[in-house]
Amino acid sequence: MNQFTGAQPTDFLRLAPEIILCAVGLIVMLGDAFIPAPHKRLLGWTAFIGTLAALASVRVAAHNPGLAYSGLVRVDPFSIFVHVVAIGAAALAILGSVDYLEGEALQRGEYYALVLFATAGMGIMAGANELVTAFIGLEMSSISSYILAGFRRRSPKSTEASLKYFILGSFATAFFLYGIAMIYGATRTTRIDLVQSALEGKSFTALAILGLGLVFVGLGFKVVAAPFQIYAPDVYEGAPTPVTALLASAPKAATFALMVRIFFVSFGGAANIWFWAVWASAILTMFIGNLAALVQTNVKRMLAYSSIAHAGYILVAFAASTDLGIAAVLFYLAAYALMKVGAFLVITHLGQQDERHLEIRDYAGLGMKQPVLAACFSLFLLSLLGLPATGGFLGKFFAFQAALDSHGIYGKWIIWLVVIAAINSVIGAYYYLRVIIAMYFWEPSQDYKPSPVAPAVTLALLVCAAGTLYLGLFPARVLALARFAAESLLAR
Amino acid sequence: MLALLLLRAEDHEWIRRIALAASLAEFAVSLFLLPGFESSRASYQFEESFDWIARANIHYHLGVDGISLFLVLLTTFLTPLAILCSWQSIQVNVKGFFISLLVIETAMIGVFVSLDLFLFFVFWELTLIPMYFMIGIWGHDRRIYAAVKFILYTMFGSILMLVAILWLYNLTGTFDFPEIQAKLQAGLVALPPRTELLLFGAFFLAFAIKVPLFPLHTWLPDAHTEAPTAGSVILAGVMLKLGTYGLLRFCLPLFPDAAHRMAPYIAVLAIIGIVYGALVATVQRDLKRLVAYTSVSHLGFVVLGIFAFSTISIQGAIYQMLNHGVSTGALFLAVGMLYDRRHTHEIKEFGGLATPMPVLMSSFLFICLSSLALPPLNGFIGEFLILIGVFQNHHAWASWASSGAVLSAIYLLWAYQRVALGEVTLEKNRTLPDASTRERVILATVALAILFMGLASPLFTRRMEASTDALLNQMNRPALAAKPAVNAPPAPALGATLPGQLPKLTLATNSPRQVRP
Repeated sequence: MNQFTGAQPTDFLRLAPEIILCAVGLIVMLGDAFIPAPHKRLLGWTAFIGTLAALASVRVAAHNPGLAYSGLVRVDPFSIFVHVVAIGAAALAILGSVDYLEGEALQRGEYYALVLFATAGMGIMAGANELVTAFIGLEMSSISSYILAGFRRRSPKSTEASLKYFILGSFATAFFLYGIAMIYGATRTTRIDLVQSALEGKSFTALAILGLGLVFVGLGFKVVAAPFQIYAPDVYEGAPTPVTALLASAPKAATFALMVRIFFVSFGGAANIWFWAVWASAILTMFIGNLAALVQTNVKRMLAYSSIAHAGYILVAFAASTDLGIAAVLFYLAAYALMKVGAFLVITHLGQQDERHLEIRDYAGLGMKQPVLAACFSLFLLSLLGLPATGGFLGKFFAFQAALDSHGIYGKWIIWLVVIAAINSVIGAYYYLRVIIAMYFWEPSQDYKPSPVAPAVTLALLVCAAGTLYLGLFPARVLALARFAAESLLAR
Repeated sequence: MLALLLLRAEDHEWIRRIALAASLAEFAVSLFLLPGFESSRASYQFEESFDWIARANIHYHLGVDGISLFLVLLTTFLTPLAILCSWQSIQVNVKGFFISLLVIETAMIGVFVSLDLFLFFVFWELTLIPMYFMIGIWGHDRRIYAAVKFILYTMFGSILMLVAILWLYNLTGTFDFPEIQAKLQAGLVALPPRTELLLFGAFFLAFAIKVPLFPLHTWLPDAHTEAPTAGSVILAGVMLKLGTYGLLRFCLPLFPDAAHRMAPYIAVLAIIGIVYGALVATVQRDLKRLVAYTSVSHLGFVVLGIFAFSTISIQGAIYQMLNHGVSTGALFLAVGMLYDRRHTHEIKEFGGLATPMPVLMSSFLFICLSSLALPPLNGFIGEFLILIGVFQNHHAWASWASSGAVLSAIYLLWAYQRVALGEVTLEKNRTLPDASTRERVILATVALAILFMGLASPLFTRRMEASTDALLNQMNRPALAAKPAVNAPPAPALGATLPGQLPKLTLATNSPRQVRP
C-alpha cells in the first residue's frame, strides 16, 4: 500500500480543470436560488464560461505534468488531450442547451451544474492513475448523466431513458468495482502504473485477468461497445437532445481514455489475451450499430445506433494494441466528438419544441428551406460516413492504418478486422446518405416550419463544422499531439 | 475559381457565364501543358510536391505523364461543353449545379495528376459526392434510386482499395506512388504472391466497378439514364476513365505478377462485356439507356487492350479512352438536345427527325459513326490499335472482341434509322426547332475534335509512347525478367534505376513487349 501524504500546492494546479468545473458548478447551483426566472439564461452562460476557464486551466495543468495527490491522478499529454476533447464537447453541448431549455421551459441551474459535475468526473477518469479514483470519476459522470437523461420530466420517454440508464449503469459500475477488487486481490495495488510491475515475474493470474474482464464490462458499457450496448438507443433517444450530444461524445472520450490507460499501462503484457475480447467486441459493435441504424426512421435513434458503430471503429484502433493505435483512438475521439456533437445539435434545433420533428420525412427539402443548416448537417453526416476531407475520414483512416500496421502480431485476424470495418463503413453510407437524400432530393415537407437558428447554436455549429474540416484538411498538428500523447503514455 | 461562384447567389445568367469562363480558362491552362510536355520522357512532368500531413508521410504530390496528360485535357475539354449544354435545361438551383460540376472537374483532374496514393484516394472519393447530388437533384424520374445505387457501388469498391492502400503503406512506409513503385521494383519490398493477389484484387475491384466491367456494370445504365445531360457527359466522358486509368496506373505496375495471372479471366469478362453490352444496347427502347450500354461495350475494349500487355494495345486503350470520352460524351449531348425538345428518351417517340432538324441529325449521325469506329474518324484508330495489339498476343480474344465492333454498327445505325430516317411518325415532331446557335457551337466543337483525333492520331500516340513503354518495363520485375521475356533488359540494371529515370529502350515500338512464350 502506498503512503498517502498531504496535498502539495502543485497538486491543485494539476487538478485545476476539475476544481474549476466543480466550483463553477456549485456557483451555478447556488445562483439558481437567487436569479429570477426570466434571467436564468445567465446560468447557462456562466456554465459556458466555466468550461472555457477549465479549458484554459488545462494549459496550466499541462505545464505541471506529473503525479498529483500521492499518485492518485496523473497529468500527462495523454490526459491533457482527453481533457480538451471532453471539456470542449461539454462546452459545445452547453452552448446548444441554453435555447433548448428555454424552449422546453426547463431553464434550471441544476442542469448546468450537473453537466459541469459530469465533465469534472470525466476529467478525473481521463487523468486517474488509481482504480478507485477512476471509479469515483466514473460515478460522478454517470450519476450526473442519469439525472440529465431524465431532465424532460414530462416526457415518458425521457423518464424511461433515465431509469434504464440508471439501473443498467449501476450494474455496469458494480462490475467495474468488482473488477477492481479482483485486480487488487491479485496484485495488492490499485495504482494503475504499479499493476504491471506487481504482476511481473508471475504469469498473469486468472484472478487478474478475470478482474480485467469485469473492468471491460463496466467500461464497455460506458463506451457502448457490444454486447453491452443494449441501453444506448433508448437512452440516447429519450434524453434531451443536447444531453444526448454530451453523452455520445464526452463520456466516450473519457472512458476510452481510462480503458486505454488500464489496458495498456496495467495490462500491456496481457495484450495477447485482451486483444481477442476487443477484437470480437469491435466486430459485434460495428455490425449491430450499422445494421440496426439501417432500418431507423427516427434520425435521433439512427444517430444513437451510429454512435454504437463508431465505438466499434474506435475499438479497431484499440485492437491494434500499439502506440499508433492509441494515437488513432485519440484522433478519432477528437474528430468524433466534433461531428457527433454537431449532428446532435442540428437535431436539437430541428426537433423544435417537445422534440416533435425527428423523423427523416420531417427533414424533406431542408436543403431548400435552410441551406446553411442543411449544409452543416450534411458535413457532419458525411464526416460520420467517412468521406475524405473530413475529420471522420482521417479518424477511420488512421484507425485502419494503425490496425494494419500491427498485423505482424496478430496476422490475418487484424486484417480481417479492418476489412470488416471497411465493409461496415459502406453499410453506414446508406443510412447517412438517406438523411441527405431527404434534405436535398425530396419535396419539402409541409408540416415542418423552419425556425431561425439561435446565435449560441450557430456558434456551436460553426465550431463543430470548422473543426471537422480542420481535422480533415490539416490534421498534422492534432495528429502530432495524439502521437505525442500516446508515446508519453507508453514511455514509462 | 470556385470562390467566384460562391459569391453569386441569384443571378443565374452570371453564374452560367462565370462557370463557363472558369472552365474555359482551365481548358486554356491545360493546353499550355502540351508545348511544355516532352514526349520522349517517360517520367512524370510538371511535378509539384509539398508536405501535407508530414507525420503520416502524406504529400501533396502532383505530376503528369503521357498517360494522364490527355485525360486531363479530355476533362477540361468536356467540362465547358457540359456547362454549355446545361445552359437552358437546368433551371432550379443553378448555382449548386455549376458548383457541383466544377468540383467534379477539379476532383477528376486531381485523380489524374496525383502521385500520392492518399491524395489520389481523397480526390477519388471527392468525385462521388457532387455526382451523387447531380443525379439526385437534377436527374430524371428514378433519380434517387440511381444516385444511391451509384454511390453505394462505387463506395464499396473504393473502401477496399483504401484498405489496400494502407496495406501497401505498411509494407513500404510511404504513400508516394513513384517511391512505392521504385521499392517494389527494386525488390526492397517483397510481395508474397498471395498478398499481391489480394492487393491487386482490392484495387481491381474498385476500378472495375468504376469502368464498369461486366458483372459489376449494373449501376451504370441507371446512373447514366437518370442523370441530367451534363452529368451523363461527365460520367461517361471522364468518370469511367478514372477506372481504366487506375488499372493502368496502379494495378499493372504495382502488381504485375497478379495482373499476369488474372489477365485471362479479366479478358474473358471484358469480352463478355463487349458482346453483352452491345447486345443489350441493341434491344433498348430508351435512347439514353442505349448509349449507356454502348459504354459497357466500349470500355470492355479498353480493359481488353490494357490486359493484353502490348505497347500497341495499351496505347490503343488510352486512345480509346479519349475517343470514348469525346464520342460518347457527344452522343449524350445530342440525346440531351433531343430531350430538351421532347422531354423523353423513348425511341418510339421519335422518327423521321432528319426532316425537321437536319443539322442536329446529321451531327448525330457523324457522332454515331465515330462511336462505331468508321475508319477516318477517331473511334476507328482506338479500336484498331487495340485489336492489333490484342491479336498479336491472343488471337482468340481479338476475334471475339471484333464481333463487338460489328454489333456496334448494328445498334447505333439501327437506332439512328429509327430516330432520324423515314417519314415523320408523330405530328408534334414535325415542328421541332433545329439546333440553336449554342447547340451548333457544341456540335461543331465535338465534330471537329472527332475529326482531328481521327486524322492526327500520331500527335497523341507519340506523347503516350514513352510512358506506355515505361509502364510495360515496370511490369518486368526482376523475377519476371528472369523468364525469357522478349527483349527484357537484364534484371539488376532495371532494379537499380528509379522508374522515373528508366532508360528509354531502343526498341522498335511497334513490336509487342511481354510476349509470353
